[in-house]
Amino acid sequence: MSTSVEAPAIPGISAGKVGVWWFLASEIMIFGGLIASFIVFRLGSAGWGASSTHLNVTLAAINTVILLTSSLTVVQAFAAAERGDATALRLFLGLTILGGLGFLGIKAIEYTTEIRAGFTPASGIFWSFYYTMTGLHALHVLGGIAVNVIFFFGRRVRTPHRVELGGLYWHFVDVVWIFLFPLLYLS
Amino acid sequence: MNQARAGTITAEAVAHHAAGGFWRTYVFSTDHKMIAKQYLTLGLAWTLVGGLLAAVMRWQLAWPDTAVPGWGEIGPEVYNMLVTMHGTIMVFFVAMPILLGAFGNFLIPLMIGTRDMAFPRLNMLSVWTFALASLVLFVSFFVPGGAASAGWTGYPPLSARPEYTGVNWGLNLWILAQALEFAAFLMGGVNYLTTAIILRAPGMTFLRVPMVVWQQITAAALFLLSVGPLIAGAVMLLLDRTIGTAFYDPQVGGDPLLWQHLFWFFGHPEVYVVLLPALGAVLEVLPVFSRKPLFGYRWIVGATIVAGGLSFIVWAHHMFISGMDPRLAMPFSITTILISVPFAYIVFAMIATLWRGSIRFATPMLFALGFVAMFTMGGLTGIFNGSAPADIYVSRTYFVVAHFHYTLFSAVFFGGFAGFYFWFPKMFGRMLSEPLGKLHFWLTLVFFNVTFFPLHHIGLAGMVRRVANPLQYEALVPYQWINVVSTVGTFCMVATQLVFALNVVWSLVAGRRAPTNPWEANTLEWAAPSPPPHGNWGPALPTVYCGPYEYSLPEAREDYLPQNLGPARAR
Amino acid sequence: MLNWMQWLPENVSTFGGDVDGVIRTIWYVTVAWFFITLGTLAAFLILYRRRAGRRAAYVKGERLREAAWILVPVVVVVILDLWLDLLGAPVWAKVKIERPVTDLTIQVTGKQFEWEVLYPGPDGKFGTADDRQLLDELHVPVGKPVHIIFKAKDVIHSFFLPNFRLKQDMVPGRTIEGWFEATKPGKYELPCAELCGFGHSGMKGWLYVHPPAEYEQWVKEQWPAA
Ligand code: HEA
Ligand code: HEA
Ligand code: CUA
Ligand SMILES: [Cu+2]
Repeated sequence: MSTSVEAPAIPGISAGKVGVWWFLASEIMIFGGLIASFIVFRLGSAGWGASSTHLNVTLAAINTVILLTSSLTVVQAFAAAERGDATALRLFLGLTILGGLGFLGIKAIEYTTEIRAGFTPASGIFWSFYYTMTGLHALHVLGGIAVNVIFFFGRRVRTPHRVELGGLYWHFVDVVWIFLFPLLYLS
Repeated sequence: MNQARAGTITAEAVAHHAAGGFWRTYVFSTDHKMIAKQYLTLGLAWTLVGGLLAAVMRWQLAWPDTAVPGWGEIGPEVYNMLVTMHGTIMVFFVAMPILLGAFGNFLIPLMIGTRDMAFPRLNMLSVWTFALASLVLFVSFFVPGGAASAGWTGYPPLSARPEYTGVNWGLNLWILAQALEFAAFLMGGVNYLTTAIILRAPGMTFLRVPMVVWQQITAAALFLLSVGPLIAGAVMLLLDRTIGTAFYDPQVGGDPLLWQHLFWFFGHPEVYVVLLPALGAVLEVLPVFSRKPLFGYRWIVGATIVAGGLSFIVWAHHMFISGMDPRLAMPFSITTILISVPFAYIVFAMIATLWRGSIRFATPMLFALGFVAMFTMGGLTGIFNGSAPADIYVSRTYFVVAHFHYTLFSAVFFGGFAGFYFWFPKMFGRMLSEPLGKLHFWLTLVFFNVTFFPLHHIGLAGMVRRVANPLQYEALVPYQWINVVSTVGTFCMVATQLVFALNVVWSLVAGRRAPTNPWEANTLEWAAPSPPPHGNWGPALPTVYCGPYEYSLPEAREDYLPQNLGPARAR
Repeated sequence: MLNWMQWLPENVSTFGGDVDGVIRTIWYVTVAWFFITLGTLAAFLILYRRRAGRRAAYVKGERLREAAWILVPVVVVVILDLWLDLLGAPVWAKVKIERPVTDLTIQVTGKQFEWEVLYPGPDGKFGTADDRQLLDELHVPVGKPVHIIFKAKDVIHSFFLPNFRLKQDMVPGRTIEGWFEATKPGKYELPCAELCGFGHSGMKGWLYVHPPAEYEQWVKEQWPAA
C-alpha cells in the first residue's frame, strides 16, 4: 500500500475547458446522429439526390467563406483578450457577430426563395433533412452569436479564458457547417 | 492550483451562505447536497405516480373485467397510456433522478474531497430544468386526449400521427418533457465529469477514486455520448408531428425503423446509465460490510469501461425481428452475448469480495446482496433475449418484461436502497432503524419475486406485452392465475413500502443522531460531519493518502483505514 | 414451475424445434451459472459471517495470481458465449434468411386492427382478378412450406405464431419476407405482438392448418371457377 500524496489534477486544463469539451462531445453526437441518418437514407434510396439541385450553391459557398472568416476573427478576439487589448477584443468580437448575422441573413434568403419555389419541409425526405439539419445548425449559430454578444457588452474585459471557450464553441458550429455544406449542396 | 477557479467555495463563502435564508437554502440552492435532496424528493414523488400506474395496470391484468377500485373501468386506450407513462416515469423520472441526480450530486464532491461541483450554478439549473420537465410531464396527464400512449419507446408511425393513438398534445408534451429531462442530465453529466476530472483533493489520484464515483462518471459519459442521436430523432419526430416533415413516413420516403435505431442506440447505453450508479453503490457497500478490500479494483474499473464501450454496439438486439436486414442480427447477437463477459467479471468480483471477509448483515448489506442475486437473474435472462433465434420467440412477450424488471428494478430498488440506507446517516444526520430496514428488505425481496418471477412463465407461454386484457387470448386463459399471483405480489410489495416510509419519518424525527462514521468506512464522505455543512470541509481540504478499500490491513490495529488518515494510522 | 421448457406452447413447425433447442441450451447454461453464482454467494455468506475474534483477510485481488480465481470462470463464460452464438447462427439463418422454394405464397398485411390475408389465387400472382382476401384467418396445408409476404398499412404490427416460434414485425413501407411449414393440423392463435394503438389488445387472427385433402377442398370452395 502506498501512501504518497500526488497532485490529483491534470496541469494546464481548466474546469471550463473540460466542461465545454464534454458538452461539445454530446453536441457532436446530435449532429452525428442526424448526419448518419441522412447518409444511410441517401445510400439506401436513389432518386432524391436530384432535389439538391434546387439549392443555391453560390449562396451556400459564400456562407461557408463567411463562417470560416468568423472563425478566424474569433481566434483574433482570444488573442486580443490575452493581450488585455479591450478595443481589439471588441472589434474582433463585433466582426464575429457580424459574420454570424451575415450567415443567418443569407440562410434566410435561401429559405425564403426555396419556400417560394414550393419546397417546404413537407416536400419530401430530402427537404425534411435539409431544413432540419440547417435549421438546427442555424439555431446553434444563433446561440454562438448570443454568447459573443454577452462578451461584447461585458463591462470589463472578460478573462481570456471565457473568450477561448466561446471560441471553441464557435469553431464547433463552423465545423458542423463544413460537413453540412458538401452533404446537402454538393452530393 | 485550478481549485481556485471554477466554483470552488472558500471558508468565507460558507459563512456568507449560511445567512442565505429559506429560499437560498432550500429552493434556489447551489449546494450539491441540497440539489441531491431536491432530486431525491422529485424522484420519490414520481415513484408514487409510477407505482400507482403499475398497481392499476396490474389490477387490470389480473381482473380485466372488473373496474379498478378508486379508478373505474380501464379501456384499452387508458391501459396503453398507463404502460407508456409507467415506463417513461420509472426510467426517466424515478431511476435517473434518484440514482444519478441524488446519489451523483451528493457523493461525487464528498467522495473526491472537494467543496462543491465544478459548476454549481449549472447544477442548480439542471435540477430546475428537471423540475420543469416534471411539470410538463405531469400536465400531460390532464390535456385533452390524455397522456402519451405509444409505449415508452414511442415507435412511429404510431407516435408520429395523432390519429393513430388519439393522443395529440399528450404526446407532444411527452417529447418536450423528455427533451427537458435530457437537457437536465446533460448539464448534470458535464458537471460530474468535470468535477471528477478537475476537482479531486490532494492525493486523490484516479486509482484512489471510490468505485461509485467511477460508475457515476462512466454512466455520465455513456449518457452524454449516446443521447445525441435520440435528441436528433426526437426533433425529427416532433417536426413530423407538427410541420409535416417525412422522416418516419414511408409514403414520402421516410422510414419508421430509423427511429428504432436512434432510440436504441441511446436506449441500450441508457439501461447501463441506470445500472452503473446502482452497481457503484453496491460496490461501495460490499467492502465496508465484509471488512475487506474490493476484489480487483482496477479490473472492475476496466470491466465497467469495457461494458460501457460495448453498449454502443449492441443496440439492434432490440430489433432482431423488427424487419431490419436479417443478416445484421447475428453480429449484434454476438456483441450482445459477449457483454455478459465484463458483467460476469463484476459479479464474480463482488462475490470474491466476500471470500474470507467478516460479513455484517446490516440493512445496506442486505440490499446489496439482494442486488447481486436479482441482477444475476435479470442478466441471465438477458442472454435468452440476446440470442437472435431465441429472441424470435421471447421478444415482445412478458419474458422480456420479467427480464427488465429483474435488471431495472433490482438496480433502482435493491441498488438504490443499498445506497439509501448506507448514506442516509450522512445525508440527514440520523440513523435509520435497523429492524424496520431489515423487515423492508425481506418483505420486498419476497414480494418482488412473487410479482415478477411468474412473469417469465407467462411470457414463455406466449403472453405478449402491452395488452389490456389477457383473457382475449385463448391460449392464455388457463394461465390467468399467474397474472393474479403477480398482482397480489404487487399489492403486497406496495404495502411493504409503508415500512420504509415509517422508518424514514420516524428516524428523521426521533432517530439516533448519526456519528461521523457510523459504518467505520474509509471513503472521504465519512470524514465530513453528518450531515456535512455547506462547503463540506473545514478551512482545509482533506488530503488523501491511500486507496478507498484498505480494510483489515494486517499491520494495522483497527480494521479500517480512512483515506485521509494514511501515515497517521498506518502503523 | 422450474422447468421453463414445459411452459412453451406445443411446437408445430419444422423450425420450431431448432428454436426450442437454442432456448433449451441457453436455459441449461444460465441455470447452471445461476446456481454456481448464487450457491457460491450463499456459501460465502455462511462461511464468512462475522465471528468474534476473526479478522477478514487482506486480499486485494489485483495481482494476477488472485485475479485468476475469477478470470478463469470468465474465460469459461467467453467460451460458452461463443458456443451459444455458434449454435444460434444456423437456426437464425434457417428461420429468417434461407427460404425453401414453394409455390404457396400468402401476403399478410397488418392494419389497425386486423390481419388482411391475401391469396394470389390459382394463377399464383398478386394483383390479378382471382386474388382473394380474408380477414383474420389463414389457411395452409400441413407439410408444405408457406412463403409469407409481410406488409403493414398504417403502423407497425407484429405477426406472432406462438406455436410456430415465428414472430415478425410488419413495417409500413417495407416488404418483408418469411416462411414456415406446419407439421400438425389444427387451429392456432395469431396475436399481434407490437403495440399498435387502442385495438392492439385483442388484435388477433387464427391460422388453420389443414391436412392436404381438406386443404384441397378449401381451395375448391374459395375458387370454384378454377
Ligand atoms: C438496468 C437495466 C438492464 C440491464 C442491466 C440489462 C442487461 C442486459 N439486457 Fe436488457 N433490457 C432492459 C434493461 C436492461 N437490460 C430493458 C428495459 C429492456 C426492454 C426495453 C423495451 O423493449 O421496452 C431490455 C431488453 C433487452 C433485449 C431485447 C428484448 C426484446 O425486446 O426482444 C435484449 C436482447 O438482447 C436484452 C439483453 C440484455 C443483455 C444481454 C444484458 C446484459 O447486460 C446482462 C449481462 C449480465 C449477466 C449475463 C449476468 C452475470 C453473468 C454471469 C453470472 C456469468 C454467466 C453468464 C453466461 C455464461 C452468459 N435486453
Ligand atoms: C425502474 C424501472 C421500473 C420499475 C421500478 C417498475 C416497477 C413496476 N413495474 Fe414496470 N415497467 C418498466 C419499468 C419499471 N417498472 C418499463 C420501462 C416498462 C415498459 C413500458 C412499456 O412497455 O412501454 C414496464 C412495464 C411494466 C409492465 C408491462 C405492461 C405491459 O406490457 O402491458 C408491468 C406489468 O406487470 C409492470 C409492472 C410493474 C410493477 C408491478 C412494478 C412495481 O414494482 C411498482 C411498485 C413500486 C414500488 C414497490 C416502489 C419502488 C421504489 C422505487 C423504484 C424507488 C427506490 C427509492 C430509493 C432507492 C430511495 N411494468
Ligand atoms: Cu397490431 Cu398490435
Ligand atoms: Cu438493450
